[in-house]
Amino acid sequence: MAPPDAAPPEGAPLLEARGVTRRLPDGPILVHDIDLCFRRGEFVAITGPSGSGKSSLLYLLGLLDRPSRGAVLLEGQDTARLAAADMAALRLAKLGFVFQFHFLLPEFSSVDNVLIPIRRLGRLQGAAARARAMDLLAALGLAEAARKLPEQLSGGMRQRCAIARALANDPALILADEPTGNLDTVNAGAVFDIFARLTRDEGRTVIVVTHDADLAKRATRRIHLVDGAIVSDGPTG
Amino acid sequence: MRLLLDLARGMLARRRRQTLVSVTGVALGVAFFIAIAALMRGFQTYFVNQIIDVAPHVTIKDETRTPPAQAVEVLHPDGAIAVHGVKPRDRIRGIRAAGDKVAMLEAMEGVAAAPVLQGQALLRYGSRDVSAVITGIEPARHVRVSNIEKDMTAGRLEDLRVTANGIIIGEALALRLGIGMGDSLAAISPQGVVLSMKVVGLFRTGIQAVDQGHGFALLKVSQVLQDRPNVVNQILIRLADVTQAEPMARRIESRFGDRTESWEEQSANILTVFVIQNAIMYSVTGAILLVAAFGIYNIISTVVFEKIRDIAILKSLGFTEHDIQLLFLIQGLVAGMLGALLGCGLGALMIEGLAQVRFATETPAGQNGFILERDWRIYLAASFFALLSAGIAAVIPARRASRLDPVQVVRGAA
Repeated sequence: MAPPDAAPPEGAPLLEARGVTRRLPDGPILVHDIDLCFRRGEFVAITGPSGSGKSSLLYLLGLLDRPSRGAVLLEGQDTARLAAADMAALRLAKLGFVFQFHFLLPEFSSVDNVLIPIRRLGRLQGAAARARAMDLLAALGLAEAARKLPEQLSGGMRQRCAIARALANDPALILADEPTGNLDTVNAGAVFDIFARLTRDEGRTVIVVTHDADLAKRATRRIHLVDGAIVSDGPTG
Repeated sequence: MRLLLDLARGMLARRRRQTLVSVTGVALGVAFFIAIAALMRGFQTYFVNQIIDVAPHVTIKDETRTPPAQAVEVLHPDGAIAVHGVKPRDRIRGIRAAGDKVAMLEAMEGVAAAPVLQGQALLRYGSRDVSAVITGIEPARHVRVSNIEKDMTAGRLEDLRVTANGIIIGEALALRLGIGMGDSLAAISPQGVVLSMKVVGLFRTGIQAVDQGHGFALLKVSQVLQDRPNVVNQILIRLADVTQAEPMARRIESRFGDRTESWEEQSANILTVFVIQNAIMYSVTGAILLVAAFGIYNIISTVVFEKIRDIAILKSLGFTEHDIQLLFLIQGLVAGMLGALLGCGLGALMIEGLAQVRFATETPAGQNGFILERDWRIYLAASFFALLSAGIAAVIPARRASRLDPVQVVRGAA
C-alpha cells in the first residue's frame, strides 16, 4: 500500500474540530463544545460509555454530519460552508470509512466492492484501477477471495474487505465506528493490527470509536467522552 | 455513468423475479399499444386513402358559404343593420363561367380540374326503382381527377363516348336493380325527363354508399337528363400534393366566391370519429402502461427500501444525492427499456398473428382480414411512452433514496 499522496505541510494539523457542538432539532446535545486536533500518523481511539457521543463526533469529523455550532477543518479547509456535493467529494478523495457492519454491496464481488470508490473518483481507470483494488485486497490477505461475493466471506474477511474499500482512494484519514463490534477477539485484533500498520508504516491517521478498552490501548492516543464532552485526551499506555 | 449503470444492473439482477414481472408489465403495455395502433391506423389509413382515391381532393360547388350581402349591408358596412327573411333570387343554379374557372385552375401547377353536373335520378329496370346520384362527366378530363377508372370491373370510362346515352353504375347498384352489362334502363330526373340509358360499365370502389347509389354519364347527357343545358354544378379538383387540399380550397373560395370544400371538410364527420377512436385507443393503452408504471414504481420502491444500508454506504463513500437519484432512475429506465424492447418484439408477433386472421365473409371494403399498418413510428411512440412512464415511476422512489441521511441509517444499523 502506498502512503497517502496529498500530504499537508509538516506539522500542520490534518483534521481539526473547533468548538464543535451537535444538537438534535428536538433538543438533546450529542457533542458539546469539542476542540480537537489530529496530525498525520496518529492512531486515535475514541472511547466512552454508550450514548456519550463517540459515533456522533466521528460522523462530524468524517463530514457525514454538520455541527450545529463550531467548525471542522480538513487540511486547514473550513468545511462548514461547503455544499453537500463538495462534502461528498472530500469524503471520496480524502476520507475512508469503516463501520461496525461491513456494508459491502451484496451483488458485487470483493474486488468490485473495492473498485466502487476508485471508479467513482476516476483517478485510476480500467486495468490500473483493478490492479489497485487487487493490491489492497492482497495486502489485507484477501487475494484469494477477490472474486467471491460478500456472503461467501467470513465476518473477519468482510471487515478486512471493508477496510480495503476505505483505503481505495488512498485517503490520509481513516474513520472507523466500532469496526470490531461484530468480530471475535482474533479478528478484532487483526483489524487493529491493520490500523496500527496503516499509521506506523504509511503515515495515515486512523480514528477509531470503540467500546473495547483493551483494543483502545493499542492506539497511540485515547480520547474519552462522557455526555458529549471530552473528559480525557492523551497518549495511551 | 458507467459505474452507476453497473450498480443498477447488479441491483436489478439480484431481484430477477421482481424485475421480470415489471419488465413483462411494460412489455405487455407496449405490445398491446403496437398491435392496437397498427389495427386502428391501418384501418384509418386505408379508409382515408379510399376517400382520397375515390373522391376529389377539392370540390367547388354552385353555392356560397354565407348568403350574399344585401345592398344595404354593402352601402353601410359599419352600420348596425340586421336583415331578416331574404328570399333567394330565382336564378338557375350552377357555377358561373365554369369553363373559365376550369381553365384558370388547370393553369396552376399540380392541379387537375374537371367540371361535372351532379343530380338525382330514379333508375328503373323492370319493376325495380332505385334512386341514384348521376354524375355527368367529360371522360378525358375526369380520369385526371378521379381513380374511378381503376375501380371499374367491366367496361371503360371512354365507352360513355361511343355509346349513345351510356351509363356506368356501381356493382352493388346493378345488383339491386338486377341489371347487367349491355342492358338498358330508364333514368327519370326530378324535372320529369326520361332517358333510356344503356349500361356500358360497372365499378366497385369498396365504399358501399358509392357502389350502391352512384352512376356516371356523359356531361351532355346528364345536362339533358337534368334539363339544365350548359350547366355544371361542381368542379372537381385533384392535387399532386393531397396535403395542400385545405389551404388550396380556402384560396379558391376566396378567389371565386363559390363554396369550396376540401376532402377533409367533406369527410369531417369520419375524421372526427377517427379522433375519438384514437383517444379511446391511447386511453386504453395508456392505462395499461400506467399499470406497468406502477409495477416499476413498486420494484424501485422495494429496491430503495431494501438498499437503505447500501445507499448510506455509497453516500459515505462520496456519492452525491444526484448520483443516488440517477442510480435508481437508471434502474427504472432499464426496466422500461427492457420492457419496450420485449414489447416491440411481442407487438410485431401480435401484428403478424392478426394478419393471419381471415373473416368468413368479405368486408364491404373488399378485405377478408385486418388491415394493419406496419409503421416503425408506432414502435418508436410505444417505446417512448414506456420509457417516459418508467422514468416518471422511478423518479419518486429515486428522490426518496437520494434524501436518505446516511448517519441515521448507520445509527439504525448499529
